[in-house]
Amino acid sequence: MSEQDIIGVYICEGCGIGDAIDVDATAGIATDELKVPLCKKHSHLCSDEGVKLIAGDVAAGAVNKPVIAACSPRVMADKFTFDGAHVVRANLREQVVWCHPAGDEDTQMHANDQVRMGVAQAKKSDSPEPWSEGAFSETILVVGGGYVGMTAAREASKAGYKTILAERTDRLGGMAAKWSKIMPHRPPYREPQDNPVGDLISAVENDNNITVMTDTFVTKTSGMPGQFTVDLSKGGSASTETFGGIVVATGWRPYDPNKLGHLGYGQSPDVVTNVELEGLLGDGPVNRKSDGNPVKTVAFVQCAGSRDPQHLPYCSSVCCGVSIKHAIQMVDADPDVMAYVIFDELRTPGTAEEFYRVAQEKGVIFVKGKVESVGSDLTVTYHDDLLGDDIPMSGLDMVVLATGMVPNSTNVDQPALELEDEELVMIKDDINPLAEITVSGYAEGNEAPEIPELGGQEVPEGAPILNLQYRQGPHIPILADGFSDSHYICFPYETRRSGIYTCGPVRRPMDMGEAGQDAAGAVLKAIQAIRNVRDGKSLHPRTGDLSFPKFGLDICTKCRRCTVECPFGAIDEREDDFPVVNPTRCRRCGTCMGACPVRTISFDNYSVEMINDMSKAVEMPDEFAEKPRILILACENDAYPALDMAGINRHQYSAFVRVIPVRCLGSVSMLNASDALSSGYDGVVLMGCKSGDDYQCHFVKGSGLAKERMGKIEETLSSMMLEPERVTTMEVSIADSATIGKTIDAFAEVINGIGLNPFKGF
Amino acid sequence: MSTQGPSSQTILVVGGGIAGISAAIESAESGLDVILLEQSPVLGGRVSLLNRYFPKLCHPTCGLEINYQRIKKAKNLKVLTMSSVEKVDGEKGNFTVTVKTQPRHVNANCTACGACADAATTEVPNPSNYGLDTLKAAYLPTEHAFPMRYVIDPSVIGTPEADAIKAACKYAAVDLDETETTFEVNAGAIIWATGWRPYDANKLTSYDYKNPDVINNVEMERLAAHDGPTEGKIVRPSNGEEAKKVALIQCAGSRDINHLPYCSRICCLGSLKHAAYVREQYADAEVDIYYIDIRAHDKLESFHQKLKRDPQVHFLKSKPASIFTGEDGNPVVQGEDTVTREVYERPYDLVVLATGMEPSTQAGRPEVTLEEDEYGFIVPHSDDESGHISAGVASGPLDVSMSVQSATAAALKAIQAVQGA
Repeated sequence: MSEQDIIGVYICEGCGIGDAIDVDATAGIATDELKVPLCKKHSHLCSDEGVKLIAGDVAAGAVNKPVIAACSPRVMADKFTFDGAHVVRANLREQVVWCHPAGDEDTQMHANDQVRMGVAQAKKSDSPEPWSEGAFSETILVVGGGYVGMTAAREASKAGYKTILAERTDRLGGMAAKWSKIMPHRPPYREPQDNPVGDLISAVENDNNITVMTDTFVTKTSGMPGQFTVDLSKGGSASTETFGGIVVATGWRPYDPNKLGHLGYGQSPDVVTNVELEGLLGDGPVNRKSDGNPVKTVAFVQCAGSRDPQHLPYCSSVCCGVSIKHAIQMVDADPDVMAYVIFDELRTPGTAEEFYRVAQEKGVIFVKGKVESVGSDLTVTYHDDLLGDDIPMSGLDMVVLATGMVPNSTNVDQPALELEDEELVMIKDDINPLAEITVSGYAEGNEAPEIPELGGQEVPEGAPILNLQYRQGPHIPILADGFSDSHYICFPYETRRSGIYTCGPVRRPMDMGEAGQDAAGAVLKAIQAIRNVRDGKSLHPRTGDLSFPKFGLDICTKCRRCTVECPFGAIDEREDDFPVVNPTRCRRCGTCMGACPVRTISFDNYSVEMINDMSKAVEMPDEFAEKPRILILACENDAYPALDMAGINRHQYSAFVRVIPVRCLGSVSMLNASDALSSGYDGVVLMGCKSGDDYQCHFVKGSGLAKERMGKIEETLSSMMLEPERVTTMEVSIADSATIGKTIDAFAEVINGIGLNPFKGF
Repeated sequence: MSTQGPSSQTILVVGGGIAGISAAIESAESGLDVILLEQSPVLGGRVSLLNRYFPKLCHPTCGLEINYQRIKKAKNLKVLTMSSVEKVDGEKGNFTVTVKTQPRHVNANCTACGACADAATTEVPNPSNYGLDTLKAAYLPTEHAFPMRYVIDPSVIGTPEADAIKAACKYAAVDLDETETTFEVNAGAIIWATGWRPYDANKLTSYDYKNPDVINNVEMERLAAHDGPTEGKIVRPSNGEEAKKVALIQCAGSRDINHLPYCSRICCLGSLKHAAYVREQYADAEVDIYYIDIRAHDKLESFHQKLKRDPQVHFLKSKPASIFTGEDGNPVVQGEDTVTREVYERPYDLVVLATGMEPSTQAGRPEVTLEEDEYGFIVPHSDDESGHISAGVASGPLDVSMSVQSATAAALKAIQAVQGA
């Protein structure tokens, strides 16, 4: 708090606040106890009159840190925003009077404490000064010159942005250049469409906003969004460019058919993959590779590698549609061709169903079965569930293996780097997609099934695509199965490297129709990043946040926890091992702040000290009052809104709790918990989102880290002679409004059972 | 609302579901002025009526909360609820759009204190629960409503009850005289994110939808939701008993040339999720999934595998011929298994029809020439010159993640349209 700070407390009496508590008594806390120079009450502060009251005081210089004790900070934010003022909200409505009985002593004490905490917060926080140093680039690097990368470059150009399009081979086009025709994604969805790649190459080559670099790969990427410095190698000659954002569209490669020996690959030249067949498809009929005779009978083997735990555990999405396209093309070229598609599940989602229907109309035979083997004489043996037997299909001229997609999350043309385990973490699966789901139990005679071993756990071969010069390693993190996808359903572009957006099949198996859109989406995110970081604004999800972490290196012990635990790899280590933050990589979660054992990392408006001062601002009843106090540090994304909604539904719960919203549980320091106990709290709850394989934490690992950190607090507690049960982490979801109060009450019962904290009164 | 000069850089987004919200916020956070129109009183659309998302089984409100916070911070994004497009004139770069706003009868003074609901006595069908239960005629649509503002049902307007509701409000927020208004906005590009509606199960005449224990998949979401009609308990609507023997019927309307010729993409995964809901509640539940093909595309295959491992979730390759009400009132599913050739006739506690997604564009849209396919989906990005862009399920049957992907792409297309204007 600087000397220029003038705190004013504004207490709202509306929405039942005035009926439930003695507002004058609460105002007295502000003026008499806290010596706040200005305290006003109003019948409903969100009215024009109420807003004017505060705005007038701000304009007159009577207050620059208004503490508004009214409703939740989640509502009325538009009204309670005043230029030149740092607003703090104290939640009297949803989390006091709507969830505790009116007129009760404990309700009053909670309201008073909310004001105390609000004033403490105001003293220890300021409007942040944004970070903006150096020059910012607006150019976008697109890595990968296939259909998706070219589309990305063109989309960026149409929005007025320059790109460098780096392609590792000697020509543009990628995999898609090989396609004779493509699956239809425009109405009427009935015929194979012409391949757009040729036209796209010309458009890219004639686009002044696009600089094409073939024979090029990235040798090194450093910096941060708005200020990436990228070293490129073009045919061995090096150059360095700066970029504002990066789009990675490195695509996919077919699954290695040599691993599919049981499906006949390599045993006969007439067992080909779907990719190889593209090269045989011309205007006329397809001829056998072995003897040049026309193919009259062909079988397509679906899921050749895909949906197979021994090979690719996922569905490659496109193979069913591709085989249908192939069958249609072959029948169109020679109506005598008999085409069989042997499938387990036929997957033509969306409007592709029409394409499937066309194939059936054209006489393509679809056979439900799982292919067990393909012999050198092209006999396909499949398991027929109906007969419960293996059925041979013989007399075929050609067998096509519908092989799946392997993401190019690494550059397989270049050798892998020698990396320490720590730097390889990012390219190992982040989650186990097969982890169990919750069931209430099993009926008699049934047992819980075993969770299968994960396939594909090896580190992908090859060099990093961008070779990021990040403390956490050079790779773009992968989610699972080698794909650089987001784990957020609502936010498919949010991965763990700010300003770098993957799109197309390197992110998820997808067809060209979807991938073209995905390219546009990734470009939008890159442009958005470029526009926001130059103003010092955070990217998703704390969009627009101007604060960033500041490090007091004078007491830093170089323990490296902040550089290791940052979910976004925003913090690097200098040569002298001190941490250095890259502000535009930072997403403002505060995980570094929670990690720091000497609490020397803070934001202008958020710090360990601020949280501690808030928790200590609470009036601590003495041991004879029999009024325990429970500190809840609640994630502002899910737990805090759930508490608000409990209030909205008027669900009642213990008035002994004191809640402080936190950006993420990852920002909570163990010291926050131990300090709370030493100042007399009887229990501490860390309330956050689900962790684990289905994590919902919007800062990736915050709630998981909190759990891990608090698992280690037992020692601290035993040294304080306190029961470990006093500190707990709770995973709640935003939809827990009906149960969250009960969960809190149950914990209050536990504390009641243990007894009050012996530190009380010290 | 007007703009300077002949062209507008404002982006108009029609539809406030997940696609419209995403398109609007992604555009606004890129620095553009955006107007988001939603015809109902709250944002969130279909996803806000889902209990959870596949495959993570996380709650849609979680992502909506973040999006609503983003909207609150975006000063260049204006949200207009209860509003729809009546007319569009002009062209890319300079549309004049006539917007019609229905009366909410509650103005911006509303603090969401709830005094109006306390004063109301009439119960009306709850739109957030597909009418499966009722709520007061003065209501907050959901506990997570955005905007956080009450609505007064038009049915009580002009009655003494309405006067009592008005009298109960201390903040002069109730406006009983509010009428429908129309006004014009200028926009350079229009993103159509008008979403979908469930295919009408009454049209599936052999599937006995009139039996109360035969419900559709969106109703199942409400049965499982904590703020649904049963507070999240999956029970038989007919008698409130636990629904432990459950049939999930895939392709109820979809992949059928007599109904929806396309595959709705999400229903298989939705039903896998429903199987998970049931199994989470009852240890001795048995769930039968009747299907043609389980379409768990890309990484979602793992969700399929998880449910397949459960010994109490059974996959039956068959499209049932009929569902009828047995003598005891139980719904009975009848047909032939295409793998075993077994002819079956099995009674259930609850049957859920996995009805598909039908574009709601036809109903909610004025006469604008857009490129549509024969199903009514607006073909995405067909014409960079039109200034009309589609996003989400208005453009095709997509899941949530793909809808957001499509909306993000639409935001770029809109930016291209207004910047080039």
